[in-house]
Amino acid sequence: MKKFTAVLLTLALVFSFAGCAKSGEADVNAKSEGVMTYAEYAAAELDTQVVIEAYVQAKQSWWEDKATVYAQDADGAYFMYDMACSAEDYEKLTPGTKIKVTGFKAEWSGEVEIMDATFEIMEGNYIAEAMDATALLGTDDLINHQNKFVSFKGMTVEPSVDPDGNEVAFMYSWDGSGQEGDDLYFNASVNGQTYTFTIESYLCDSTTDVYAAVKGLNIGDTIDMEGFLYWYEGVNPHITSVTVK
Amino acid sequence: MRKLRKKLSLFLLTAVTVVTVLPLMGCHGSRGMDAFVIPEEFDTTRNYEITFWAKNDTNKTQTRIYEKAISDFEALYPNIKVNLRLYTDYGKIYNDVITNISTQTTPNVCITYPDHIATYLTGTNCVVPLDELFINEKYGLGGSELLYDGPSKEEIIPQFLKECSFGEHYYAIPYMRSTEACYINKTYVEALGYTLPETLTWDFIWEVSEAATAKDAEGNFLINGQKVMIPFIYKSTDNMMIQMLRQQNAGYSTDEGEILIFNDTTKDFLNTIAEHVKTGAFSTFKISGYPANFLNAGQCIFAVDSTAGATWMGTDAPLSDISEDKLVEFETEVMTIPQFDPENPVMISQGPSVCVFNKADHQEVLASWLFAQYLLTNEVQIAYAGTEGYVPVTSKAQQSAEYQDYLSRGGEDNETYYDVKIKASKLLLENTRNTFVTPVFNGSASLRDAAGQMIENVSKSVKRKETVNETYIQALYEDMTSLHRLDQIAGAGGREAGKEELGKLPGTAVALLLAIAGAWILMAFYVICGWLKKKEILKKITNKGN
Repeated sequence: MKKFTAVLLTLALVFSFAGCAKSGEADVNAKSEGVMTYAEYAAAELDTQVVIEAYVQAKQSWWEDKATVYAQDADGAYFMYDMACSAEDYEKLTPGTKIKVTGFKAEWSGEVEIMDATFEIMEGNYIAEAMDATALLGTDDLINHQNKFVSFKGMTVEPSVDPDGNEVAFMYSWDGSGQEGDDLYFNASVNGQTYTFTIESYLCDSTTDVYAAVKGLNIGDTIDMEGFLYWYEGVNPHITSVTVK
Repeated sequence: MRKLRKKLSLFLLTAVTVVTVLPLMGCHGSRGMDAFVIPEEFDTTRNYEITFWAKNDTNKTQTRIYEKAISDFEALYPNIKVNLRLYTDYGKIYNDVITNISTQTTPNVCITYPDHIATYLTGTNCVVPLDELFINEKYGLGGSELLYDGPSKEEIIPQFLKECSFGEHYYAIPYMRSTEACYINKTYVEALGYTLPETLTWDFIWEVSEAATAKDAEGNFLINGQKVMIPFIYKSTDNMMIQMLRQQNAGYSTDEGEILIFNDTTKDFLNTIAEHVKTGAFSTFKISGYPANFLNAGQCIFAVDSTAGATWMGTDAPLSDISEDKLVEFETEVMTIPQFDPENPVMISQGPSVCVFNKADHQEVLASWLFAQYLLTNEVQIAYAGTEGYVPVTSKAQQSAEYQDYLSRGGEDNETYYDVKIKASKLLLENTRNTFVTPVFNGSASLRDAAGQMIENVSKSVKRKETVNETYIQALYEDMTSLHRLDQIAGAGGREAGKEELGKLPGTAVALLLAIAGAWILMAFYVICGWLKKKEILKKITNKGN
């Protein structure tokens, strides 16, 4: 009888966990009343108020009770710029945390974002898998995935030219005018086309693995990358991990 | 890619908090440092390692000029090693200096703005007053013991030097100077049927900007055939408000820090701006992006930015953040910022200055001063001024054959002699007498932020279809006062502000005052007793006599 009870309880536990997982996946798409779907958000006019629910994927910075955050749901991604946030709440914004955000849709140099926002923490957790965007590079479709967590696979490190005219694998700042601790810029190609990638020093500072990894790159290395599909006068991915193959 | 927007809010963080925190700290603990005393001789038998925090405009040429200046200086003074730390915005330098004041690790020499120094000065003897150093016979400006040909005090442009003087002392030397310029797509202005006046006016710029908002049936702008056109974009809305007020002789602040900005002229400006945001004729850097990017893509006609941003402006600009396929061909004109009174143009003077931080080792401070002064030599001044639309701060450099030759070669190429850049420098050289600076006091940086934020808030509100009226402006004034703590700045609002600033007396002071009062009471009691006693004795004597 004891054995039977134990097996029964175990099975019940297993099924309940499975149920949780399924409902968890379903919850990623669920929105509270009055909250926009990603499609509704994407269709909203600039400078109008938007209310979204999404899951924090990365925190970029916090200054004077303002946080800049990447978030995502199952359908799309959002970039919250200078969202009202106490230092205490910023600590709670760990990857996966669900938030309800109310703010204004805006565009700055091509980057669509939510400005002057407030937020509340909700029940729920979701971390997006990186979407392989390698094939989308150079296509008009890429912008439809703006701010998403993406990957670029099998890319080749191409030379950048530093201020002394030398070919290098990366540069501090976009033109090599920077120093340790500044943003890193490097080029990588696929299918004969070269693109520029950035290690945004607020998102991944000089103590991070990705910062060190980029400093260790050599021209010709084949790399896989992950990061966020940021936009500045065109695509400007903010890379968060680099693996040399 | 310049992408400096991310760092802008940083400045706000420190500006408001530091005003209240720094007065409690000295450079080295709560007592502060001893004042700097110039050593009789510079001790060349010792080695010194000093740190120089510099700012570049994300410009590799500037970085190389700093590096060359250091290397040339070290060759002259082999016992002084200069470590360079580069920043790309003033706000970050300011923030780091504040942090390092509390940890006793300020740099030795630092590029900065006078507004920032005013805050640093709240730390006791933190920044070295330069008055005595200027006139020191051996190591002062043009001093006999200098190993390089530096300028004399008289050779620093007086107006620029004056900007580094506050609280009756010089706390910095000017390094470079710039102003704001309006970079204009002249081709589009003429296509709209207008001719640029000799001096740009606000009326002209608003009229042409409105004309440029006309669209066809498909929603394309008639002037450029594109979906995007923001005819007038202002980079620094702080400067926009400050200069508009100055041009109208309206209140901003007194020299002592009394806040005057919340007045009717400001309200009128904000209403005018709201009107033109509503039609799509005007926007700002913080709301839309860099003016240069829109200008070069044919999506802007009037782009106001620093003359130090000239290398980003125009079809042939040597620096660009937009892709080649977005560039549009047009003729670029460089003019002074729009004016209310074209006969009396007024514009801001800005640009980096250099301050020297105090240290316990006065020889180290002297070594720092020698390096700071080296930045005023013709070699550094002329080279750095040529990287952007800056001008050298010394007449020695401005009048040199080398610099005059540089100015005369505008348009020879699109790099060193890029014509837009040289026109921008000439604009300031011709208008130096028409420039001004805002008063510097502890909290002046916060007032500057508030000036710009009012334009940003009004612009955003209009775009969001909110009503901007009298009630809105009054609420905005109150919000700015509160957010930037403008009622807590010394001299801010007369009696009430004074009360707020002084606050409650500390317990020890109360105890001391009570003790003094008690002593006076006891002394008075003693005197009265003595007098009564005397009177009693006198009475007895008199009675006896009778």
